[in-house]
Amino acid sequence: MKIPIVYNIRSLLGRPLSTALTALGIALVVAVFIGMLALANGFAVALKTTGSEENVLVLRKGADNEMSSGIDRASTSIIASFPHVKQGADGAPLVSPEVYVVIPMGRITDTTTYANVVLRGVSDKVWDVRANLQIIDGRRPDAAKNEVCLGTKLIGRFPRTGVGEAITIAGRPWEVVCHFTADGASFESEIWGMNEQVMPVMRGQVFQSVTFRLADAGAFDEAKRALEGDQRLQVDAQRESVFYAKQSELLGSILNILAILITSIMAVGAIFGAVNTMYAAVASRSSEIAVLLTLGFRPVSIMVSFLAESALIALIGGVIGCLIVLPVNGIVTSTTNWASFSEIAFSFRITPGLLLTGLIFALVMGVLGGFFPARRAAKMLVVQAIR
Amino acid sequence: MKFFSLLKANLFRSRKRTFLTIASVALALFLFASLRTVVTTIAAAAQFGSARRLVVTNSTGFVLPLPVAYANRLEAMEGIGTVTWANWFGGKYGDNKRFFGQFAVDPESYLAMYPEMSVPADQKEAFFRDRSGALIGKRLLDVFGWKVGQSITLQGTIFPGDWTFTISGVYTPTDAVINDDMMLFHWEYLDEKIGRPGIAGWYIFEIDRPEDAARISKAVDDQFRSSPAPTKTGTEQAFNASFATMWGNISLLMNTIGMAVVFAILLVTANAMMMSARERTREIAVLKTIGFSDRRLFTLVMAEAGLVTMIGAVLGLGGAKLLYKGTNFNAAGFLPGFDVTTSTLLIGSGIALALMLASGIAPALRAARLPVVTALRSVE
Repeated sequence: MKIPIVYNIRSLLGRPLSTALTALGIALVVAVFIGMLALANGFAVALKTTGSEENVLVLRKGADNEMSSGIDRASTSIIASFPHVKQGADGAPLVSPEVYVVIPMGRITDTTTYANVVLRGVSDKVWDVRANLQIIDGRRPDAAKNEVCLGTKLIGRFPRTGVGEAITIAGRPWEVVCHFTADGASFESEIWGMNEQVMPVMRGQVFQSVTFRLADAGAFDEAKRALEGDQRLQVDAQRESVFYAKQSELLGSILNILAILITSIMAVGAIFGAVNTMYAAVASRSSEIAVLLTLGFRPVSIMVSFLAESALIALIGGVIGCLIVLPVNGIVTSTTNWASFSEIAFSFRITPGLLLTGLIFALVMGVLGGFFPARRAAKMLVVQAIR
Repeated sequence: MKFFSLLKANLFRSRKRTFLTIASVALALFLFASLRTVVTTIAAAAQFGSARRLVVTNSTGFVLPLPVAYANRLEAMEGIGTVTWANWFGGKYGDNKRFFGQFAVDPESYLAMYPEMSVPADQKEAFFRDRSGALIGKRLLDVFGWKVGQSITLQGTIFPGDWTFTISGVYTPTDAVINDDMMLFHWEYLDEKIGRPGIAGWYIFEIDRPEDAARISKAVDDQFRSSPAPTKTGTEQAFNASFATMWGNISLLMNTIGMAVVFAILLVTANAMMMSARERTREIAVLKTIGFSDRRLFTLVMAEAGLVTMIGAVLGLGGAKLLYKGTNFNAAGFLPGFDVTTSTLLIGSGIALALMLASGIAPALRAARLPVVTALRSVE
């Protein structure tokens, strides 16, 4: 015969302080757990959505990021002439040779230090090459003027980022003519200007990378072979998506390891606490257990009942934890992508899946924490317990 | 000693629970110490730098080079002592699983600038003499199993091709904030192999009096303002701080998590300790009956809470200190000088003390005020 769950609920309500403390402890563990995973998730999303499957990123042979790469104008024209490059509506190839520099920008909050922000020189085709771009305010920059378009994540974090205002790059003012989004991609942390303007003030007549849209998305391998096999070029070609996934590997794995390390230590601590609480609960209710046994409840039912009670506390904790952590969803934080020494902003991303993981995690803590005390309760002898 | 045998009996009456309580206190404080050390290490890196060393970078962006000819012009300026320069090399070694920084430097002036990098005299001589020689941090010896005298080949990413160096010596940082996993080699070797473009990544120079830093920085920047490569000069500390602040909100995050962790585990632990004290109501009543004073009982319960938290604190904080010291942990070069500071240990002890009070006072007061008659009656 099963012991009604009402018994457990009443027991929990009978010791409100103890229940609340335990549940709150578990709630905090779950909140940190979900929060850390949401951070890692947000970072992964930022870099994963940056690259497109259909685009190819070309770097100089041996360079593993844009910062260390260099491609001259002649090579750029050769790449643009390949048949694997998709043609736009006007018949021109969808290719964007790009200049990549990291520039110092004063922060709004702390003016004594600088953040390193990516300044990317792009071609006018970039808006077609990268499908996820969207200008949300203003118009495209003019190649004949010192104009820039800013990723939305820069707005509010750096001074003078509004449309119509001007930021200083290389000692001269550049008018901000638009803001753009890119589905949360790391491009949103960048400043984009036109190659014609950016190149002369930066690295001279060298691009750092060339990105183009594949004419046939399935023909990447052919394109790669053709590019890398061409005697006139010294380049490596990779899918844009693969490139950005690789860029996120280091920091992504650091975040994940941190999340797992911190929460597992926390979880062990919380389970120890739960075990202790349940042991104490069992010990102080030995006479109740004896009564239950005398009434004819089987030891198994008692064990299940105590396990359920522990799981119930944990579940309440889990739900509270989810509620505590929900407000961090969407908060923008920033850190350095060490692969490029530039700052990248991304948001905490809490998904229903993460919340569910958190609840399951709480439940596991509750069951693990309740197991041994519940077994002790079940093994009690009537005579001993009622004494 | 009746008091201590009672204390011992109380602690051992439920070994499992005592163990669990101590372990969770230890875990909480271990985690607290670890997380706070991340924060203090980043802060120390931001603070590091001699007030007498200034760094000159390209004002357009620190990745852009400066002409190496600036060295002479800097040296000629009033108030400036030794001048040295360095270039970021960015090579890959082997499968590139373990990243480390490589710098092309002007050997004599660079080592003179950084007395914090100690090198045995004979190895230093060997490094100066060998144009393809390299000086490596002592940690790299362990990471890659290299030996002095060995040749190593790196693949250049910024400067393409295979680059072979001979390890001439090993440096040991005397200040833990300096990375012990860098590689230094001759700037001449780099310049020659890439066709003598004469570029320096950044300059470092020494000034006699720290008070002059702002004035001299401005003089340097004014000097190069209208040249093709204008400069940005600042103290070494500001230069390092700009990298340290790149961690962004990570410090804030670590602090928040650290506090949440400690609070969570302490809540649960305090609760367990209070519950375990409460179930001993009858014992306390018995002790009172046989003549224990209220004060004595208060002390007894508090002593138990104190002992449990103290053992937990010693294990957790001491464990963190010894673990990171013993394994020479530096997060693969990202957090050089990772060491639990005294202030972290003190704050950790403070938390343990607070835990002792939080979990001990309520049951101890209850024990002291307990009327014997009600206590004995309440049990059966």
